[in-house]
Amino acid sequence: MKMTKIVRTTADVFYPFCLVFGLYVVIHGHLTPGGGFQGGAVMATGAALLIVAHAYEDITGRIRKTAMKILEAIGLLTFLFAGLSGILFHRPFMANWMAQTGKLFGNTVAHGPNPGDLNTAGLLPLLNVGVGIEVLGGLTVILLYMLSGIKEEKKP
Amino acid sequence: MMKIALFSAILLVLFGGLMYIAADLPFGSPPVSDMDDYFIRNGQEQTGANNIVTSIVFDFRGFDTLGEATVLFTAVLGVGMMFRKMKEGEEYEND
Repeated sequence: MKMTKIVRTTADVFYPFCLVFGLYVVIHGHLTPGGGFQGGAVMATGAALLIVAHAYEDITGRIRKTAMKILEAIGLLTFLFAGLSGILFHRPFMANWMAQTGKLFGNTVAHGPNPGDLNTAGLLPLLNVGVGIEVLGGLTVILLYMLSGIKEEKKP
Repeated sequence: MMKIALFSAILLVLFGGLMYIAADLPFGSPPVSDMDDYFIRNGQEQTGANNIVTSIVFDFRGFDTLGEATVLFTAVLGVGMMFRKMKEGEEYEND
């Protein structure tokens, strides 16, 4: 099920932009609308563009099912261990111990409208990145599994 | 023709009833807004995130988001089990 050369070239040009935009939505999750789930879905759209434009047999070398499964597991483990990390500092599970401390992701935030600083919000960027990686891996694996069943009929 | 007219009439009556009920709902002014006010007043200082939605989803209700991520993981697991490769000569058992 290969599409025409125009579609394939367009997909090849556009999928890096999809990935970069998804990464932007994930990383700025604590400042702008969006977050891990939404950004991960945008990144998975880039992968879906490639999978639909090329044949499934040609895409398995570029998007590997095993790599996406590993990404998904890494994302969920990142979320879990970021939540558990508060226990080391005598705080409860999921406590935001990095916020407002002045260190990594710990700049103080004034109340009310402000331009926004990427280096704030403590644990939230880590959790956002974890969820983003997980959604990217999970949705891509689902797409790959479902499209692996479609086979081109041989012409008589 | 008769069926389509009847169906349209039922649909119209249901839609009118829905609109009549929805007109009485207090949009934009919840009767109990203590928790919303707390999030809006203290969310930025306690979590350091400008985006209040993210501060609620990932901080105040982080445990719920962990469950959501687990649901996605389980869904992928189920799809992987359903679309697995069959072994040579393996058949489904039909009871």
